[in-house]
Amino acid sequence: MIFLELFYVFSKIGIFNFGGGYAMLSLIQDEVVNKHHWMTINEFTDIVAISQSTPGPIGINCATYTGYTAVIHAGYPTWAAILGAVLASLSVIWLPFILMVSISQYLIKHHNSKAVTNIFGTLRPVIVGLLAAAAIMLMSKENFGNPAESPFVFVLSVAIFLLAFVGTRLYKVHPIIMILLCGLAGLLIY
Amino acid sequence: MGIYTDIFLTFAKIGSFTLGGGYAMVQIMEKEVVDKKHWLDKEEFMDTLVVAQSTPGLFAIDMASHIGLKLKGVTGGIVGALATALPSIVAILLIAIFFQTFKDNVYVEKIFMGVRPCVVALILAPCFGMAKKAKLNKFNWWIPLVTVVLIAAFGVSPIWCILAAGIGGFIYGKLKS
Repeated sequence: MIFLELFYVFSKIGIFNFGGGYAMLSLIQDEVVNKHHWMTINEFTDIVAISQSTPGPIGINCATYTGYTAVIHAGYPTWAAILGAVLASLSVIWLPFILMVSISQYLIKHHNSKAVTNIFGTLRPVIVGLLAAAAIMLMSKENFGNPAESPFVFVLSVAIFLLAFVGTRLYKVHPIIMILLCGLAGLLIY
Repeated sequence: MGIYTDIFLTFAKIGSFTLGGGYAMVQIMEKEVVDKKHWLDKEEFMDTLVVAQSTPGLFAIDMASHIGLKLKGVTGGIVGALATALPSIVAILLIAIFFQTFKDNVYVEKIFMGVRPCVVALILAPCFGMAKKAKLNKFNWWIPLVTVVLIAAFGVSPIWCILAAGIGGFIYGKLKS
């Protein structure tokens, strides 16, 4: 039964996903392409590309697209495929949500306890490093262009990066406005 | 506007503009939830980041669940989580049903050539404000530095950094008292 399988596989993917969407891609690929043959490796690569250019967490994007494609491939009509897509997406969420609720409730209750204060005192500096590391790792040629092959794209990307940084940091431009402006700039320049 | 509608609209908006992974929405969420709505203060927001990062599940959804829960209990959490996921589900369904060629569209690619460097800047920008809030001083400035090197240069999972720092903080507190 395709729906039960989707529910099981994506619940598993949800609960074993530590550390962000990209970490879960290899897990999804293994389940969806290698084990269940719901799609080919090419279709999977397409999903990754589509996920990067659509809003939302990449894990949800993958689940929605896989749910839809798997049900269509199994020979069901479009409405059943939409149901499969929603089911797969919610399957990713529900287990971590229950876990998150228990942890949150504990923290909200013991917010002022000495142990919790001590632990978060050292964790806050770590989060600063975590975000900086994420930004550094994204400074890649996929995001900025290859300086050797296309110096034009690279220089413009660095300029956009600096403008976006100064704009949001010093001039307090709303990040959503910034994304829209940069998208418009890309459309006009390239 | 009722509080549930408010939670729903705020997180649907955040979900709509989460491009390029969960970290990119940190600044958007901070702006909406801390600066505009005052649902949390900045320290609480950073603590939420820690919890979301160290539990399984999607970063953005975890953040939304925690904040929704804090405001209105489990129902608030469910509303927050679903609202964050909804724009993503709708967008992918539309693409899957109508625009199979979306990713090859030359205009989409052009827009994203502009958006990608912007997303990197959006991830880096909140670090500086947070450094202040994390009370960085001459005793603990090395903590974020070591974290960056471990993660970016040695590929250590953020989970281990959080675990080590949490245990370290706990022991340090015990020794001090």
